Amino acid sequence: MLIRLGPLLILLAVSGVIALLTPVFLTADNIGNVLSQTAVIAVLAIGQLFVILTRGIDLSVGSTLALSSVVGAMTFSGVGTWWLPVLAMLGVGTLVGSINGVVYVFGRLPHPFIVTLATLSIASGAALGLSGGQPIQGMPKLVQQVGGSRWESLPFSAFLVAATAVIAALMLSRVVWGRWIYAVGGDPEAARRIGIPHRSVLVSVYMFSGLLAGVGALITSGQLDAGSPTFGNLAELDSIAAVVIGGASFLGGRGNVGNALVGALMIGVIRNGMNLLDVQSYEQLIVIGVVIVLAVESDVVRSRLERRLRVLSAAGP
Amino acid sequence: MALDSVDLEVRRGEVLAILGDNGAGKSTLIKCISGVHRLDAGHVEIDGLPIAMHSPAAARGHGIETVYQDLALFDNLDPAGNFYAGRELGTPSWLPLGMRWLRRSDMSAATSALLGRLQVGISDGRTPVGLMSGGQRQGVAVARSAAFATKVVILDEPTAALGLRESRQVLDLILRLRDDNHAIIVISHAMDHVMEIANRAVVMRRGRKVGEERPTRENRQRLVSLIVGGED
Repeated sequence: MLIRLGPLLILLAVSGVIALLTPVFLTADNIGNVLSQTAVIAVLAIGQLFVILTRGIDLSVGSTLALSSVVGAMTFSGVGTWWLPVLAMLGVGTLVGSINGVVYVFGRLPHPFIVTLATLSIASGAALGLSGGQPIQGMPKLVQQVGGSRWESLPFSAFLVAATAVIAALMLSRVVWGRWIYAVGGDPEAARRIGIPHRSVLVSVYMFSGLLAGVGALITSGQLDAGSPTFGNLAELDSIAAVVIGGASFLGGRGNVGNALVGALMIGVIRNGMNLLDVQSYEQLIVIGVVIVLAVESDVVRSRLERRLRVLSAAGP
Repeated sequence: MALDSVDLEVRRGEVLAILGDNGAGKSTLIKCISGVHRLDAGHVEIDGLPIAMHSPAAARGHGIETVYQDLALFDNLDPAGNFYAGRELGTPSWLPLGMRWLRRSDMSAATSALLGRLQVGISDGRTPVGLMSGGQRQGVAVARSAAFATKVVILDEPTAALGLRESRQVLDLILRLRDDNHAIIVISHAMDHVMEIANRAVVMRRGRKVGEERPTRENRQRLVSLIVGGED
């Protein structure tokens, strides 16, 4: 249980330190800022978690977000309704995700790194080409509200993240599909032999990650009232970092939504705290890097402990 | 590895051992029975009726469960997760299986009941099996097969990776399955274990069945010479 709560305890400790250093940190407005700045990373991290649970990786989420936002903005300037741009953004994300999954699984590629690296490039190129390299202004009122409006100090985007997280967590822990995701990540060969539809499971996690990149596009486009090929730049790395800081294993089969959110918040809190403390942005990059290494190292120590425990219980009475 | 005119039969409440040196065709034989390999010729009958067998899932559908040497356990799931992997209990039943809500407490209850009845000692049913000892893991894998096998349980070298005490537990478990009226096929190199638990032993050599004996202390020598081919 302590092991499971580890990332949360570290987040609370880090927040405590920052709060001691700068009193502004714990004001309602600033907490709202942290949540708003973290919303996109958090949504992408949830999708990334599903992929990493199956021993995969999705490098394309950042450029998928950019392409979704561009297509959404173009749709809005064309038709002017609110629902068609929203559908377009979610649809483009899901489409790119399906391409990732189908090419990876049915192309029998050795690792999803390759196909998602390719779609990173393709989606980014498509976003630049469609937009002419320029941001496209204008988003439906609803999208602007989702991205930018607040209830008291709490940003609407935080509620969207919370709803997404609850649904994702229920799917992982309470629905058969989620159980299959853990099984495929835990032992792909056994999953195949035992009759779990491992191909569909793999395709579905990439589709889900793409869908959530579309949700990320919704939030970013709403915040800035535009679609742009530069949105989501390097967001794939943030999302991967969040999942890893949240204690998920690259070896698959271990990790949960709550801890992925904690990982995203960790990145958001550290960035926000360093901004408040006037830390230079290049120094922030270094700190985030160190945090990633520390998080993975603690993961290594944890699996050591687990193995120790196993040996002890095997030798027991 | 090819098989040639192998004929064998196993009855309920009986343990049939398959003996043979490496490369004798034991593994090929059980892969044929468990649906991994297709038969070029010949057939598998259950209760006197020939059955179609084109995949491991089809074999399981006919009530034949196999415990492979590597156990095929999910280390990150608890015993119940392993028991029901790929055949989860879910609701509502009109949805496709993948979209159903897991009936987690039903699955846990059924799993601990069976593990308890088969006396597989597991203190906490929510422990991932990756954290369990070799004997407990073997116990979970064997119990999983027993839970779903309505006809035949096949065990491939069930004690090969285990120490003395854990082997004992697994042998006892196999005997309890037999007393539960399962039909059991065991592949093993361990002569002592075969003599203790098997009602009959079939000896394979170079893809052929070269003998069938009731394994007793008296004919142990004869079984060994059949295995190594000393009578030729």
